[in-house]
Amino acid sequence: MRTLHQFHGGIHPPSHKAQSTRAPIATAPMPSKLVIPFRQHAGEAAKPVVQAGERVLKGQLIGKPEGFVSSAVHAPTSGTIVSIDMQPVAHPSGLPDMCATLLPDGRDEWVARQPLEYRDCSAVELRQLLRMSGIVGLGGAVFPSDIKLRLSRQKIRTLILNAAECEPYITCDDMLMRERAAEIVQGAEMLRFMLEAKEVLIGIEDNKSEAIAMMQQAVTAAGLPLEVIRIPTLYPGGSAKQLIRTLTGLEVPSGKLPTDIGVQCFNVGTTYAAWRAIAHGEPLISRVVTVTGNVRRPQNYEALLGTPIEELVALSEALPDTDRHIMGGPMMGFALPSLSVPLVKASNCIIAGSPALFPPPPPPLSCIRCTRCAQVCPADLQPQDLYWFAQSREFGKAQAFSLFDCIECGACSYVCPSHIPLVQYFRFAKSEIRAREQDKLAADKARQRHEFREFRIEQEKREKAEKLAAREKAALAAKAASAAPATVPAPDDAHAKIQQAVERARLQAAAVVPKNTENLTPAQQTEIAEIEISRARLREQAKSEVEHSKE
Amino acid sequence: MSAFFSPFISKPDSVSQIMLKVLLALIPGIAMYVWYFGPAILVSIALASITALATEALMLKLRNRPIAPSLRDNSALLTGWLLALSIPPLAPWWLIVVGTAFCIAVAKHLYGGLGNNLFNPAMIGFAVLIISFPVPMTQWLTPHGLGQIELSFAEQIGYIFLGALPPGVTMDAITMATPLDTLKTNLHLDQHIKEILDMPIYGRLAGHGSEMVAAGFALGGLYLIAARIISWHIPVAYLGTLFAMAGIFHLTDPAHYVSPLFHLLSGAATIGAFFILTDPVSSPTTNKGRLIFAAGAGLITYLIRAFGNFPDGTAFATLLMNICVPLIVLYTQPRVFGRKEKQP
Repeated sequence: MRTLHQFHGGIHPPSHKAQSTRAPIATAPMPSKLVIPFRQHAGEAAKPVVQAGERVLKGQLIGKPEGFVSSAVHAPTSGTIVSIDMQPVAHPSGLPDMCATLLPDGRDEWVARQPLEYRDCSAVELRQLLRMSGIVGLGGAVFPSDIKLRLSRQKIRTLILNAAECEPYITCDDMLMRERAAEIVQGAEMLRFMLEAKEVLIGIEDNKSEAIAMMQQAVTAAGLPLEVIRIPTLYPGGSAKQLIRTLTGLEVPSGKLPTDIGVQCFNVGTTYAAWRAIAHGEPLISRVVTVTGNVRRPQNYEALLGTPIEELVALSEALPDTDRHIMGGPMMGFALPSLSVPLVKASNCIIAGSPALFPPPPPPLSCIRCTRCAQVCPADLQPQDLYWFAQSREFGKAQAFSLFDCIECGACSYVCPSHIPLVQYFRFAKSEIRAREQDKLAADKARQRHEFREFRIEQEKREKAEKLAAREKAALAAKAASAAPATVPAPDDAHAKIQQAVERARLQAAAVVPKNTENLTPAQQTEIAEIEISRARLREQAKSEVEHSKE
Repeated sequence: MSAFFSPFISKPDSVSQIMLKVLLALIPGIAMYVWYFGPAILVSIALASITALATEALMLKLRNRPIAPSLRDNSALLTGWLLALSIPPLAPWWLIVVGTAFCIAVAKHLYGGLGNNLFNPAMIGFAVLIISFPVPMTQWLTPHGLGQIELSFAEQIGYIFLGALPPGVTMDAITMATPLDTLKTNLHLDQHIKEILDMPIYGRLAGHGSEMVAAGFALGGLYLIAARIISWHIPVAYLGTLFAMAGIFHLTDPAHYVSPLFHLLSGAATIGAFFILTDPVSSPTTNKGRLIFAAGAGLITYLIRAFGNFPDGTAFATLLMNICVPLIVLYTQPRVFGRKEKQP
């Protein structure tokens, strides 16, 4: 039996998970339309590769990854792209984003799928395939999975499957494990293969006995050396750093990544999606989502990405006093700006809220420094002090007191007897600090540009002066030469002949007038490009000189 | 604000409930007080409560702050109760009114209101009163069964409000020095501890009656620890240091230094340990800091009791250590998750 480790703090909010685990995962019916945002992942939005009016097939690529941190986006069903424009999306800002609107044709016709045996593929191929299949972290952070599978300099010893699902209400991972454990286990082994990890630990909170049993059974049946580990139910036990601590006793150093200590974490839903992508050739076009809260029939649905949330909530029949919808859990989720926004890869849970379910907190009172927040903080921070600094805008001090180690789990706000929205203060302070750093960076860049410009002008002046001096010298020399023709060596002097020829050639070259730059041949263009590149290199050198001179 | 941002749920607990629980925890001690010294203390508590709430409301109004939520948080009430329990119950009505008003207006609101005061407000009030009005501040009621005359409740009220004693009764007949004070005076008269402790004012371990009041406060304090309102660090470090200091001196010279148990059950030691030093606003926020803070207060309390001019030292020890809190907190920051070194 593996010894578990504790992390500091944590809370036990009421779980509300039983309601949505009574019925199996249902397949949501085909919605009237699908709105597919091109940004459903951390990083750069995918670049649209279809046009309005085009007919697409289920699983067809409609958005191609752009940049390093990015992932592909696919058509969830066959139909016609009716528009590509800005639409409201599930984001706390309420700002619209680029989306494709797809009218399903009802035929649900797949593109050609190509199942692969992952052991026959190279890691590079598999990663590329995951990127083009749009596989991102389905725990809610939606970080592109292919990047997490790049082998780092540090070898990965432990692969952790994050199945803790510590937030109240959410049960999509729980249900997925109950119903599709075998495929999750296959996926886990595939990820282990790609990472060349030594061990696989599957951490599941002990309030999911059925999921634990099903996963254990699947592991035994597959005959794989994976460890299913029952961990105590404690929020935020499913936060990656806390889960790593619980399972391995290791602490991810501040500002570092789990890979730096030889650990990598994947959510179970992601693992399942990665398996479907490789072994069945299915890109990520649907996900399991919990619809719960103030609804008549809380349930998990396998729904197509792009399904309007209102159609999804309608399936579970929201009660009349529903006044808002939360995406994610009640601890870290956010209220949706509108019900018409589509389901995205990050949507693990939709909670219908009512004033009775989520009563508005009483007005905040003064902090009495009771330190309940510090007692529950999983990062061992002193939230009462950070609050003080954030409130008085002493951001430097907040940073010195490790503000950026805050994982925004909300445990402090949850227990605060003065009902102070502590996390909000920390988010505010972090965003202020980031904005200031960006301003500073921009100012630094502007200064560098200015300094380089000064340097360039100075250099041009110097070069001009040097050229002038050289020309005057040459003119003087020529005068001297014409003044003393007698000194011209005899024509039979071979060396002198060569000298004269070289001089003639030089003068000829100098006499050549630069041609018009229009109507250049491709060869000339490439030549110009090459010159440009070498010029850029020179500029870089000059810039680095500027930087060095600063130091 | 947080109605639209996560977390959407919160624990159904509030400052007002915390303060209420602290008030409830004071009741065993108050009950003992009434039992041994008569119901006059209830008059003090009532006076302090009314003054505290009135001053709080007035100050909030002057500061243009919402009045109702702050009055409901029970913090002013708690300050009033703690002050009332620190001064003689038979003190004239104006003494408690002046003291409580000072606590709330100056020590609390001039520093910025709840959560901003550097010093424990009740102890500031106590310090002001004992320095300004030393005579009425040292007229403690004789415990039940020891005095020649005992005043009825009506007579006590008469004295508190009108300063009138029944004919033929002198102040000396109904009051006496506290056990700690008696001890100090008699030690100055070169009496042996043994002889002093044979006086009727002393009970089994400490002062007759007052030891039971101290035990009542300790009982309430244990409830506060069990209910997780306070942590064990401050009471244990405070009482532990007091016990250790008294123990060391007692062992070296038992004739001049009274036993450590006597110290724990005398004066304001237990109410200080569980109710006064643990005031979250003016005590350190780190556990290590709490240990240092309370140990410092225990040390100062003992030094004042054994060598100072005042019979008890809890109030001054609290205030002196309050000054050190920001520094203590700064140097006792716990290690942050994922960091090797302490920050900052």
